Amino acid sequence: MRRHLGKIVRQFAALLATAAIGGFLAAALVRNGPGFEADERDLDARLNDGSRAAIRAEHEERRDVVRGYLHQMRAMLHGDFGTSYSLQRPIGELIAARLPVTAQLMAIGVGGGWMLAFALALAAVLWPAVSRTVGALSTIALCLPSAALAIFMFVAGGPVRAIIALVLFPRLFDTLHNLFQAAYERPHVLTARAKGVTGPGILFHHILPICAPELLALAGISVVMAFGVAIPVETLCDLPGLGQLAWKAATARDLPLLVVMTLMITLLTQFCNTAANWLTREEQAC
Amino acid sequence: MKNFFCRTAILAATLAGSSLAQSGGELRFCLRADPKTFDPLRVEDDNSETVRYITGGVLLRVNRKTQELSPELARSWKVDQQGRRITFHLRTGLSFSDGTPFTADDVAYTVTRLMDPKLHSATADPFRSSDAPPQIAVTARDTIAITFATPISGLERLFDQVAILSRHSPKKIAAVMGPFFVSEYKPGVEIVLSRNPYYWKLDANGQRMPYLDRIRLQIQQNRDMELVRFRRGELDLINSLDPEVFEQLARQSPESVSDAGASLESEMLWFNQVPTSAIPAHKREWFASQDFRRAVSEAINRADLVKLVYKGHAAPAAGLISPANKFWVNRSLAPHPFDARSATARLVKAGFTSHSDGLYDRAGHRVEFSVVTNAGNKTRERIAVMLQQDLEHIGIKLNVVTLDFPSLIERMTQTFQYEACLLGLTNLDLDPSAQMNVWLSSAADHQWNPNQKTPATPWEAEIDRLMRAQAAELRLAERKRLFDQVQQIVWEQEPFIYLINKNSLMAFSPQLRNQAPAAIQPQAYWNIDQMKKSTLVAGR
Amino acid sequence: MLEAPLPGGRGSVEPVRVSAASILLAEPRPQGSGMTKLAEIILVVLLTASLAIGLVPGASYSHQNRDITAAAPSLKFPLGTDDLGRDRLTRLLYATRISMLLAATAAAATIALAFLIGGLAGYYGGLCDRLIASILDLMLSLPWLFLLLAVRALLPLNASPVTSLIATYAMMAAVGWAAPARIVRAGVRNFRHSEFVLQARAQGCPETRVLLRHILPNLRPVLVAQFWTAIPVFILAEANLGFLGLSASDPFPTWGTLLKELQSPLLLRPEAFAPAVAIAVSLLCFKLITPWGGSQV
Repeated sequence: MRRHLGKIVRQFAALLATAAIGGFLAAALVRNGPGFEADERDLDARLNDGSRAAIRAEHEERRDVVRGYLHQMRAMLHGDFGTSYSLQRPIGELIAARLPVTAQLMAIGVGGGWMLAFALALAAVLWPAVSRTVGALSTIALCLPSAALAIFMFVAGGPVRAIIALVLFPRLFDTLHNLFQAAYERPHVLTARAKGVTGPGILFHHILPICAPELLALAGISVVMAFGVAIPVETLCDLPGLGQLAWKAATARDLPLLVVMTLMITLLTQFCNTAANWLTREEQAC
Repeated sequence: MKNFFCRTAILAATLAGSSLAQSGGELRFCLRADPKTFDPLRVEDDNSETVRYITGGVLLRVNRKTQELSPELARSWKVDQQGRRITFHLRTGLSFSDGTPFTADDVAYTVTRLMDPKLHSATADPFRSSDAPPQIAVTARDTIAITFATPISGLERLFDQVAILSRHSPKKIAAVMGPFFVSEYKPGVEIVLSRNPYYWKLDANGQRMPYLDRIRLQIQQNRDMELVRFRRGELDLINSLDPEVFEQLARQSPESVSDAGASLESEMLWFNQVPTSAIPAHKREWFASQDFRRAVSEAINRADLVKLVYKGHAAPAAGLISPANKFWVNRSLAPHPFDARSATARLVKAGFTSHSDGLYDRAGHRVEFSVVTNAGNKTRERIAVMLQQDLEHIGIKLNVVTLDFPSLIERMTQTFQYEACLLGLTNLDLDPSAQMNVWLSSAADHQWNPNQKTPATPWEAEIDRLMRAQAAELRLAERKRLFDQVQQIVWEQEPFIYLINKNSLMAFSPQLRNQAPAAIQPQAYWNIDQMKKSTLVAGR
Repeated sequence: MLEAPLPGGRGSVEPVRVSAASILLAEPRPQGSGMTKLAEIILVVLLTASLAIGLVPGASYSHQNRDITAAAPSLKFPLGTDDLGRDRLTRLLYATRISMLLAATAAAATIALAFLIGGLAGYYGGLCDRLIASILDLMLSLPWLFLLLAVRALLPLNASPVTSLIATYAMMAAVGWAAPARIVRAGVRNFRHSEFVLQARAQGCPETRVLLRHILPNLRPVLVAQFWTAIPVFILAEANLGFLGLSASDPFPTWGTLLKELQSPLLLRPEAFAPAVAIAVSLLCFKLITPWGGSQV
C-alpha cells in the first residue's frame, strides 16, 4: 500500500514537473519568436511620443522570460492566474467561462469520432465488400479542411459541434482498421472462428485484448488531437471555447495566457497518457 | 364617397399600423471580436469604438453624411484665442442613462480624466499639444471653457471622439449619454445594448429617440458565418462587406446591399528607405530614386486591381486623401496613369537597363525585391500577386512574402528588415492634422523612414514645413491651400504609392428603415438613433 | 502473446539477413485486380502530367489571364480559371509534384522518428521509457507555431517559395512524430516480453535486429496507417499555416495553398474542389497499388 502511494506521489510530482517545464518552454518559445514585442498600436498615427514610450515600457516588463515565468508560477500557487495581456481580463475568468464550451465540444468530438471510427473499422474488417467504400470515405474526409466542413455543416443547418467527430474519425480509422485486420488474421483468432466462436466473442475476447495497448495509446493522444482540431473549428465557427482563446493568445503573443494554456494542455496530455499506460498495465496483468 | 372613406380608413390604418410596428425591435449585427475596453477614453480598437459610438454622448458630432460638425450635448460652441480656447454652451435638463443629471461639471470631469498624463490613449493624445494641462473653467451650470496651452487645429472636431462621463453617478463609466447603454455582456458571445430611457433627442414629431429597443452585438469573426446568418435573417446589417460577398448578395437580393462610394480606406505600397536598415545599399539606392518609385507606380495597372480584386467597388487612388474626404481632397490630382512604356523610359533615365532576362541597374544588379504584407488578408495577397505580373512587364522581379501581423509590424516599426511593404491605411479623422505623425519626418509613423533627426530630403523638409504651418493656421481656406501643396508633393515623390481607394460596402435587412449609408465609419449605423425596424415588409 | 508470423507467413525464427525496408515491402499486392490496374493508370497519368506540365509551351502557374477570370471549364482551361485568371489545371499539376513529394517525405520522416524514439522507449522501459514519455507529452503540448514562425523569420525574404515550403514541411516532420511515437511505444511495450522476442534474445540476436526483424513487422499496421494519415494532415496543416505566412507564397501553387479556397465555401465554384479530389484520389491509388497500403483497400 505504502509502495503504491509512493508511486502515485512520484508520478504526480513528475506530472507537475513536466507541466512546469512545458510552461517555461512555451514562454521561451513565445518570447523568442518573431513579433513578440510588436504592438498594433504603433501603427496608430494619433498616439504621441509619450504614449509610444509607455507602450515600449510595457513590453520591457515582459522581456525577462525567467523572471516573468517564476512570478507567474508563484502567483498561480496562490490561485492568481494573472491577466491576459491582449484581452485585459483575468485569465482564470476567461478559462472558467470557456471551459464548458470546449469540454462539450471535445466530449462530442472524441466520443463521436471514436464511435464512428470504431464502427466503420470493424465493418470494413468484417465485410470486405464495404472496406473500399469506407476507406475511400475516410480518405476523402481527411482531405477536406475542417473549416470548410464546419461552414458546410453550418450552412446545412447541421450540428456544428459534431465537426470534431467528423475531423477526428478519419485520423483514427486507418489505425483502427489496420489493427483489427492484423488481429483478425492471427492464427488463434482463425482457430477461434473455425471453432464457432461468434462475432462479439471474437471481438471482446480476442481482438480487443490484442489491440488494447495501441488502442489505449491512441485514445490518449486522440484527446490532444481533438483539442488541436478544436482550435480552428472554434476560431472559424466563433465558438467561445478554449481553442479560440488559444488562437487569440497565439496571434496576440499573449504570454501569460499562453503559459497557462500550455500548462493545462500538458497536464491534460499527461493525464490521458498516464491513464492509458495504467489501463494497459491492468489489461496486461489480467 | 363610400370608396373614398374606405380608402382613407385603409390608408390611416396602414400608416398607424406601420408607425406602431416601426418603433421598438432589436437590431442585430456583428463585431469581429470582444471590445478590449468599455472605458470610452481608452478606446483603441474598432470593436470598442463601436460600443463607444452607440453608447457615448458627445458634445459635438461629425455628421457622417455631410461631414459637417453638428451640436449634440453642446447646443453651441465657440473657438477663440487663436484656437487655444473652446467654450461650450450645454443643453440643460438632460440626464445620464441612470438618471444622474448632466451638467458642465461632468464635462470638466471628463476632460480632466482625458488629460491625465497617466492616460495614454488615441482619444487623449490629439488634445496634448503640450505637456501643460488645459485650464478648465465652469462658468455656469451649462457653460464650460477649456483653454489649452498651445493652439490645436481642428480642435472642435476632436470632441466627436470624447464621450462624456458622469462625475457623480455610482455606475461610473456605465452611465452614458448616448442612445443606448450596455445592459448585458457575455464575453465571446454578445453584448446587449438597451435603449437609454433618458436619451435627450426627440424627432420632428416630438417622439423620444432611439426608436429601437435594443441592439444585439454578436461576436463573430468569420465572415462566411456572418453572411449565412444575414441571409437567414438572423442579422440586420453587415457594416463592412467584402466585394465578392457584396456581388453575391447583390445577385440574390439587390435591395439589401449598398455601395456608398469611396471610403477613407486606401491600399498603398512603399519602399524601405531607412538608412540603417539591413537591405543592400544598391536596393536602398533604387528605392531612394524618385524615378524608380514613379516608374513602379506607372507600371501598376490600378484599373485591373479595381476590376479583379474589388469587382469594381473601388477607384484608383490619386494620393493621400480619398475623394470621400470632401473638403480636404486635392481634386487637381489624378491617379498616375498605367503606362509601362513611360515607366520603362523613367527607369532608363535613372540608369537602369533592360535585358531579355530582366531589368538591371548601373552596377549590374538584377532588379529584384520582396514585398511583405499580412498573411490571411485575401485582398492584399491578390493585390501583391497582381503587382508581381505588372512589374514583370518592366523587368522587375517581385517576390511576395506574407507574414503574420505581429511579425510584419515588428519588421515595419522596429527591425526594418523588409524591402517593400503593401498595407492599407484608414484615416479615422477627416482633418489632416490627425496625420501629423505620418507626414512629419521626425515622427514614428513616417513609415518609409521614421524618426529622422533631420529631414533626409528637401521634399520631406518642405512637407514638414507645410504640415506645421497648416496645424498652426486657423483659417480653413489657408489650411486647405497648404495641405493641397503637401498632397502635390506626395503625388510627385510617391513615398507611398497609393493604389486604390475602397468603397464602403454594406448590407441591410429589408426590415430596416431610415438607414443612410455613408462613406465614413461607422458607415452603416452612424445614425443608429434614427433607425427603425419594421415587421411590415410590404409597408415599404 | 503468440509468436508473430514472420513476413511470408513462416513461423520460425531464423537469422536471415533481410533489411527493414524489405520487411515493410513484404506481402506484395495481388497483381492484376481491376481496381489496382485502374489505380496504376490514374497514378501514371497524374504523375506524368505533373512532371511534364513544365514542358508544355505556354503552361504557366502564375500567368494571369485578366480577361478570363473565374471562368468555367473549357477546352482551353479544362478546370477553368481562378479569380486572377490563372489556369487551375496547370496550377494543380504543378502543385501535385511538389506537394506529393514533400508531404510523403515529411510523413516518412515523421514515422521513422516515431519508430526510433517510441521504439526505444517501449523496448528499454524503465527510466528511459519514463523520460521519453515525458518528452512525448511535452512535444504534444508545446505551441510549436512559434518555432515555425521563428524559422520563417530566419529565412531571407527573397528565399524561393520552394525553400520556404521545404522548411515548413521539415519543421512539421520535426515536431509531428510525438503522437505516432506514443502508439509505437505502446505497441513495442506490448511485444517486448513476448515469447518470440525472448527467444530471439536468448539466441543472441542483437537488440537492433530484435527491434527491426521481430518487432517492426508487428508494428507495420500502425506505422502504415499513421503514414497515410500524416500525408493529408500535413497538407491541411500547410493550408492552415498559410494564414500565418508559413506556406509557399503566391503564386507558387501547392495543394495546401490551393485548398485555402475551400475555407470560403460560400463563394466556391465546383472546380475549387479539384485539389481535395486530387489528394484523395492520389492517396487512394497509392494505397491500392503499394504493399504499404494497409489492408482496407
